[in-house]
Amino acid sequence: MWHVAFAELRKLRRPTLFLGTMGAVVFFSALFSSLLFLLIDSPQGNSDRGRVVGRAVLGLATGGVQGFSSVGGFLGIIALCVFAAQTAQEYTYGTLRNLLVRQPGRLRILLGKFIAMKIFALVMILLAAIVSIGASVILAPGAKVSTDLWFGPDGRQAIFTTFVNVIISVIGFGTIGMVLGLLLRSPISAISLGVLWLLIVENLLIAVKNSLQDWLPGAQLSAIASGGTPRGSAQSIEYSHALLVGGIYVAVAVTIASFLFVRRDVAN
Amino acid sequence: MPSTAISVTDLSKMYGERAALSHATFEVPLGTVCGFVGPNGSGKTTTMRMLLGLITPSGGTGEILGHSIKHPEKYLPRVGAMIEGPAFYPALSGRENLNYLATLGGFSTDRTQGLLEQVGLGDRAKSKYKTYSLGMKQRLGIAAALLPNPQLLMLDEPTNGLDPEGIQEVRDLLRTLANNGTSVFVSSHLLSELEIISDYLVMLRKGEVVFTGKINDLLHTQQPIIIAKGQNESDLNTLLTIAKSAGHHATIRDGALHVEGPKEWAVILNKAAFDAGITLSQLTPQLPNLEETFFEMTGEK
Repeated sequence: MWHVAFAELRKLRRPTLFLGTMGAVVFFSALFSSLLFLLIDSPQGNSDRGRVVGRAVLGLATGGVQGFSSVGGFLGIIALCVFAAQTAQEYTYGTLRNLLVRQPGRLRILLGKFIAMKIFALVMILLAAIVSIGASVILAPGAKVSTDLWFGPDGRQAIFTTFVNVIISVIGFGTIGMVLGLLLRSPISAISLGVLWLLIVENLLIAVKNSLQDWLPGAQLSAIASGGTPRGSAQSIEYSHALLVGGIYVAVAVTIASFLFVRRDVAN
Repeated sequence: MPSTAISVTDLSKMYGERAALSHATFEVPLGTVCGFVGPNGSGKTTTMRMLLGLITPSGGTGEILGHSIKHPEKYLPRVGAMIEGPAFYPALSGRENLNYLATLGGFSTDRTQGLLEQVGLGDRAKSKYKTYSLGMKQRLGIAAALLPNPQLLMLDEPTNGLDPEGIQEVRDLLRTLANNGTSVFVSSHLLSELEIISDYLVMLRKGEVVFTGKINDLLHTQQPIIIAKGQNESDLNTLLTIAKSAGHHATIRDGALHVEGPKEWAVILNKAAFDAGITLSQLTPQLPNLEETFFEMTGEK
């Protein structure tokens, strides 16, 4: 399993993939966090879907990670694409047969790849955290937002909690990407279906029937990244509910995909 | 220590109603080069895939290096393989691709440069795989198969895309490996090449084994051919009549008479031709080569 993980990291660290992905992470992390402060007085809102995050909220202990938790869903989409592409390309390149000849334990292949991609995702999340919090610290004084509580005991706890939540969410999105890659065996199909579902289909379904957001996988994973949203607000998914439903989705998908991967003939 | 590199009994693979391989039984002795031949769609690649644990047999049993094919993890660390052509990551260089597979298999990456040089890719080790020609990709596939320092090497069409020099290099490489104790199981459409390097042969037709054994045994079971030419082209019809009246199957091809019969009959034909006033300009008894035998046995021509 570790041999597979180390081998996979050789592939993931190639400059085009690594620097390209990390570049996108830096750009969007800085953008999402900057907009919170730069548009703080905008009547159109300063967060996703026109939400207003005011000075009072940003001045809380959790204020420093507002940008980071907002970018969590976006990191999830990136993870979905990377995990899906890295898994499905083994079929399109025909390299899966090489992998299985050198490592016939199919679950070991899956676990090894998963570990390597998790490490990749962790680097991505760590970078996003540094950039988001850094941008917030730099821009807060200009927006007249107090940072006094950000790095106190509660602030440090908020950073840790958000970091863990974003990790869970991003790994969840990535796992769904990996499952789509295994099932569809084509990077383009897996990424298209995943992104289309998460960014368009789920939003359309929620627009038609708001209560569906409690049961759709993308909504649960996004809610985990932001630590859940209180009941009664426009977006009301409790953290524990999101964790449970999102976890069930991921567990069922992983079980089906692993079963198929282990049993299916490799004929290309 | 097993006596066979590969041993399969009644091995079958069904895809719905269609049998890709039907009750195949054959053995490949250790330390030999075994050619694996058959027309397209005869089940060669399916067999190799089953031997490598990539697809599950519908029936039958098999052993590789003394271990059941149900447990590929027990023998694959000592097996090198390239099936259905080379397949690598286009964005990685040749060396990076080999290092990837070496790390995956738990082998040292120290050998990769040496292997690349062995297959003639030493100076292109850092070039991306996507810039390689077909022949270079094939060479990289062979290098990857050699990574584990294999006891058994399974190659599917290793000379595809290679120039004559490359084909000769692969032939020499396989022979050297066999001389050093590696068993080689190789499929190829270049039957003349296989005839030169192979000790053993497994021949498939429509998913069934039609021959398994020493290549010389196969060729010696075939009816020898006597090729005869008269000084004049018009003599051929007379020679044909002589052969047929003696009960031999004979045809005129490429300006010569081809008679199926034992080589001793060449003397009789020579005398009969002399008696008929014909002076022969060629009289050559010969065994059919592998290609002719293949076409005869598989009904491909």
